[in-house]
Order: sequence, then structure tokens, then C-alpha cells
Amino acid sequence: MAITSPSTKIWWNEPISKQELIWITIAFLWGLVMFFMMIYWHGAGEQNLSSEAYRIKPEVFAERTQAMIDEYTVREEAGFPVVRPPPGSDIYMLARLWQWWPILELEKDKSYRLHLSSLDYQHGFSLQPVNINLQVHPDYEMVVTLTPNQAGEFGVICNEYCGIGHHDMIGKIYVVE
Amino acid sequence: MSTQTEFRICATTGFKIDRNAEKLIKANAVVAVVFLAIGGLFGLLVALTRWPAVHFLPADMFYLALTAHGLDVLLVWVIFFEMALLYFTSTVLLNSRMAAPRWGWVAFFEMLIGALMVNVAVLQGDSSVMFTSYVPMRASPMFYLGLIIFAVGALTVCAIFFATLVIAKQEKTYEGSVPLVTFGALVAAIIAVFTLASGAVILIPTFLWSIGLVSHIDPLMYKTIWWAMGHSSQQINMAAQVAIWYAIPAMLFGAKPLSEKVSRMAFLMYILFLQLASAHHLLVEPGLASEWKIFNTSYALYLAVLGSMIHGMSIPGAIEVAQRRRGFNRGIFEWLRKAPWGNPAFSGMFMSLVMFGFLGGISGVVMGTEQINLIMHNTIYVPGHFHATVVAGTTLAFMAMTYLLVPLIFQREVMFPKLARLQPYLFGLGAAGISVFMMGAGTLGVPRRSWDISGADALLPYDFAGAAYMMMGLNGMAAVLAAIGGLSFIVIVVGSVFFGRRIGDTEAIVLQADAAAVGQYGSSDSHDIRGTLVLVAVFFISFVLYYFVNWKYLSEVWPLS
Ligand code: HEM
Ligand SMILES: [Cu+2]
Ligand SMILES: [Cu+2]
Repeated sequence: MAITSPSTKIWWNEPISKQELIWITIAFLWGLVMFFMMIYWHGAGEQNLSSEAYRIKPEVFAERTQAMIDEYTVREEAGFPVVRPPPGSDIYMLARLWQWWPILELEKDKSYRLHLSSLDYQHGFSLQPVNINLQVHPDYEMVVTLTPNQAGEFGVICNEYCGIGHHDMIGKIYVVE
Repeated sequence: MSTQTEFRICATTGFKIDRNAEKLIKANAVVAVVFLAIGGLFGLLVALTRWPAVHFLPADMFYLALTAHGLDVLLVWVIFFEMALLYFTSTVLLNSRMAAPRWGWVAFFEMLIGALMVNVAVLQGDSSVMFTSYVPMRASPMFYLGLIIFAVGALTVCAIFFATLVIAKQEKTYEGSVPLVTFGALVAAIIAVFTLASGAVILIPTFLWSIGLVSHIDPLMYKTIWWAMGHSSQQINMAAQVAIWYAIPAMLFGAKPLSEKVSRMAFLMYILFLQLASAHHLLVEPGLASEWKIFNTSYALYLAVLGSMIHGMSIPGAIEVAQRRRGFNRGIFEWLRKAPWGNPAFSGMFMSLVMFGFLGGISGVVMGTEQINLIMHNTIYVPGHFHATVVAGTTLAFMAMTYLLVPLIFQREVMFPKLARLQPYLFGLGAAGISVFMMGAGTLGVPRRSWDISGADALLPYDFAGAAYMMMGLNGMAAVLAAIGGLSFIVIVVGSVFFGRRIGDTEAIVLQADAAAVGQYGSSDSHDIRGTLVLVAVFFISFVLYYFVNWKYLSEVWPLS
């Protein structure tokens, strides 16, 4: 029994039944498939997270964001600048208690280098309803190349708990044709 | 207090039980259950708040309750119960006396005081930082100090466990190797040492930071080490619950593993790869190399998952073989149909096994895939996944085990037998419900740890699809069912322990009414486990399908590199 010492003392010499061996083999191979699937996707898939990141001081990130806003703001909405940077450029979204700043307006099927960082706590960049989720840290700047393939209005929800205003921390991205 | 060793012989099982150990098992189990009650209540309040039509608590209370919920159930309930299991498997199952009973009480009170400090800190309202307490968000110093004291207590119990194994070996209280269940507990204790050490490495500096002695803690470093504790502690739960899955069929009808060798190897895989686990939580963090993520998130080549899949065949296989020997030998599934479904120890154990595998195991592997994590990270899919592992799996397994500990260790008859028959089904169904509905809402993007998803008070509005609201409503209803099941458990256990009929030292009781002795059989005999093979095949097909469906979902989101 499993609650008493093994009845055969030399249990490690007992042969393993065929059924168990087959299952162990299948399970092992399945593990390999899953392992190589991740590697395969780096070559063949279109959704891979870059590992490009830098250490950055919050003030510096805020300055760069402001520089983009100063250059490319096209209008204002509920107190947020709406910024339309040129396709292919470096774009910034800054997380702070409890805002995603500013609103971005992008063109469909064009790529952008999106920079993300936080000025205070950790936040969660959750693009909805697309459902892409990235972790945003203070002191680290993450850079991902993003290619919106649908036009419309998208929400940026914060999904890392960041205090009492966490659920109000909603930003916006427009994608235009 | 006297620490002289006194034994009684269990009239039912024949085990020799050290009274000191017995008292500690009782104390730890009782405290565990009390914190399950408190933590479960917070869980219900949280779920009612996330039910959009009810939206029960105000925002500040919601975040407070959610912090308390995570800590009281995941930490206090689970770990206190595991301490009881460590004492049980090292003394009772080995017929041994325990090492250093005084230290056992010191550890017990440390853990209790630590748990109370954390609760006080949270209830004071200035430590609503969630159980993960990611820096630079700051809780009161008492919060971190309570956690540290709690961990020291748990570490002490691990030391007592190892010392007891040494004593049992020296005094030759058993012959040959330790029982498989004790082996599983040993694995759990080894992992616990690694876990608690990681906890110390990260929590001590964080405590110093909270009182101003350390000026800065890197958020990414914090998270990496925190999850070395946080995720490996889930492997403690895993080892403990697998040990229970083996123990209960053995206690009820003498089931034995198909192969000692295979089952022990499978346990060992949990130890070999555990230090890699924290990567699961870092798949979408800035700046980590993909090679590192792939290697770690898969525990080398999914070898820990392989261990679990082996248990997934070995345990139902053991039950099938034992049942067939008892005469339930017709067709593929008579053994399963005629299993003791009315015995809450069995029904709880079996449901825990199935739900852990199908709901928790599969979702965990899928979510832990490097790229797929992009469409799940920090959505409410995550709590959905771990309520399948740690509630439908671990908690239900611990509940099932309690139905055996009450008569054997507390020496009380289980009260309210009708309710007890029903209890695992109520709780199991509720737990499955909250898991599935939270996972459903998560695939629709609903964030975890959020008081309100309507964006009503936000400057820029965003609203989720109607289906997301429906999922959260269903989640609320399932939570009520789970809470009823949980409350029934508390009533039955507390009632039995304090008011149940006493079972005398010489009175043998029946754990499973129609349990004919299974008799001796060797591990190497060829077994008829057709039923288990069918179950395993269904599991495997579900796994493969669900895995690739999620790659399909991933391929549809915005390209990203
Ligand atoms: C009546 C039973 C329970 C119900 C109704 C319940 C419900 C919930 C809900 C709705 C959440 C919140 C998800 C969110 O907003 O992010 C949650 C979080 C959580 N639950 Fe439970 N739960 C129950 C039992 C348990 C048990 C027994 C455990 C552990 C053994 C557990 C562990 C956790 C943890 C660790 C969290 C995460 C807290 C956080 O995000 O910081 N729950 N639960
Ligand atoms: Cu935030
Ligand atoms: Cu937030």
C-alpha cells in the first residue's frame, strides 16, 4: 500500500508495466512538442515579445514622452492629448497613477516602436478587446514593435493592481485606415 | 508541558501514534480550518463584488478583502494543513516518535502569531497590497514581519520533519523504504526549504525597506525572487496533494501504486526542476531573453509536467486495480461506477484529481507557454487557473483527507453524515464553476484584481462585451455554491471535533463499509487498467486540442515583435 513501506524490498528492480512505459513515452514526446513549439513560433509566428529593454529614470521617460506629445498632438480629448506620430516611428505610452498617457492614434497595418514604462508602481498594459497584455515596470523601458491590423477604438486597461484607482486606469488607442 | 513520548495503538489501522505528534496534528489542522473559514468568507465577498449586478463591497474594502483572501487561504490555510501532514506522514505512517515536540509548539505559535500580524496589518487598511506585495507599493512593516515570522515557523516544522525521519530510520520503526506517501511528503518538505529560503532572501530586505533602512528595491529583481518562493510553494502543494491522492485509496481499500519506482521518480521530478518555476510569472516582463524564458517556463523540457502526467495515470490505475480485485471487474468502468462515491474522503479525492488535471493542469501549461501568455497575463484567467489547482485540487484534497483525520486522529465520529456525503460535490462543483467562469472572462480580457470593469468612474471609458459580464455573474453564482460547500465543511469538521461522538482508543472503526481486503499483489504483475487508459486518453486529447486552440487565438491578435 502507498501508506506502508513497499512490500517488495528491492522495489527499484521491479520491471515497469508496458502500459506505464507507453504513457511515459507519449507524455515525454508531448513535452518535446510543446517545447519546440515555442521555438518554432519565434521563427514562424507573428506574435513574439521582443526582449529589447533599457533601464531608464522616470524623469527621462517622461521627457521623451512629452517631446513626442509636443511634436505630434492633433487634438485633445477629456484632457488627454491625442498624438499621431508618423508610421515607423518611436511612440511612447507612459503609465502613472492612474493614467495611460497620452492617447495614441495609429495607422492600420503600419508598424510602430512602442515604448512603455511607469513613473511609479507597476502597471499592466492590457490592450482590449485585442487582448495583448504586457507588464510595465518603473525604472525599465520596454520596446515592442506593434502592427495594428484592425481599425477602430481600443482600450488600454490596467491589469496590474496599482492601488485604489486601479480600475479607473483606462487609456485609449485609435487605429485609423 | 511534558515531552515524554507516549504512544497509543490505533485500533483501526494498527499504527503506533505518538501523542505529542497527535496533539500537534490536531492544533495545526484546527488553525488551518479556522483560516479557511475566514479566508473563504473574504473570497465570497470578493466574488460578490465582482458579480456586476451585486457589486457588494466599496472599492477600498474590495482591495482589502482581496489581499486578506489571498493570504489567509493560499498561505495560512494551505501551509498550516501541510504542517499537519508533515507530522502525520513522518510519525504515524512510520510508527515513530516525533523529534523535538517542544519545538513543534514553538513553530506552531510562531506561525500563528505571524498569521495574526499579517491579518491585523491588512485589516488596519494600510496594507492592501495583495499577497504578492510588489514593490514599490508599500505595506506596513508589520505585514512583512508577520510573513517572515510565519515562514520561520514553517521552516522549523520542516526541520522537525527531517529529524523525525532520521529518528525513525535509526530506531528501525519501519522496514525497507519509507512509504510512498511519506516520500511525497519528503519531497514537499525539501521544496519547502527552498521556497522559504527564497522568501527570506526577498522579504527581509523588503521589511528593511519598509522601515526605511534600505532605500531601493529593484521591482524586476523583487518579482523574480518573490516568485521563486511563490511558484515553488505551489509545488509543495502539488507534492502534498499527490501524496494524499495516493493515501486515501490506500486507506480506504488498500490500493497500491502500479509501480513504486515510477511513482517515486515522478515525485523526484518536482524537486529537480522547481527552481525554474518563477519564469511563469515573468513571461511578459521587460528585457528577459526568450531562451531563458523558454527553458525555464517549461521546466527544462516539461519534465515536471511529465511527473504530474505520470501520477495522473498511476493513481486512477491504482484505484482501478484495487477495485477490480474487490470484484468490480465487469467491463471497462464498473470499478469506477461502483467506487465509494458516498464516502466524502473518496469522492473529494477523486474529484480533486480529475479537476486538477483537466482544469488546472492543462490551463497552467497553456498559460505558461511563452507566447500564449501574451493573451492571458494578468487577466482573470489567471485566478481561474489557480482556483482549479489550489481550490478544486489542493483544498478539496485536504478536505477529503480531513474526513479520515477526524476519526483516526481526533478520534471523533464525523457528524452530519448526510451533509458530509454531499459536501465534496457542493464545494467541488462551486470550485469548478469559479475556475471555468473566471477563465472564460479572462479570455475576453477581463482584468484580475479589479473592483469595476465598466469604467464608470474613469476619465476615458472602455466597456467589456456583454459575455464578459455574464461570465462574471456566473462566477458570482458559482462562488455562492462553493461558499455553501465550504461552510458545510467547516460546520461538519468543527462540529465533529468538538461535539462528535468520542471513539475510544480500543475501538476499531470502519473507514469504508464494503472494503474487502485487496490482498497482496506485486507491482510488476500485469494489470487490467483499461478504464484508466480511456480516462488518460480523453485527458491527453483535451490537452492537445486546448493547447493548439490557444495558438490559434494568439495568431489572431496584432502582430508584435
Ligand atoms: C469559497 C471559496 C472561494 C471563492 C468564492 C473564491 C473567489 C475568488 C475570487 C473572486 C478572487 C478574485 C479574483 C480577482 O479579482 O482577481 C479570488 C482570488 C484569489 N483566491 Fe480565491 N476563492 C475561494 C477560495 C480560495 C481558496 C481555498 C484559495 C487557496 C487555497 C484561494 C486563493 C486565491 C488567491 C491566491 C487569489 C488571488 C488574490 C490576488 O489576486 O491577490 N481562493 N478568489
Ligand atoms: Cu495601473
Ligand atoms: Cu492597475
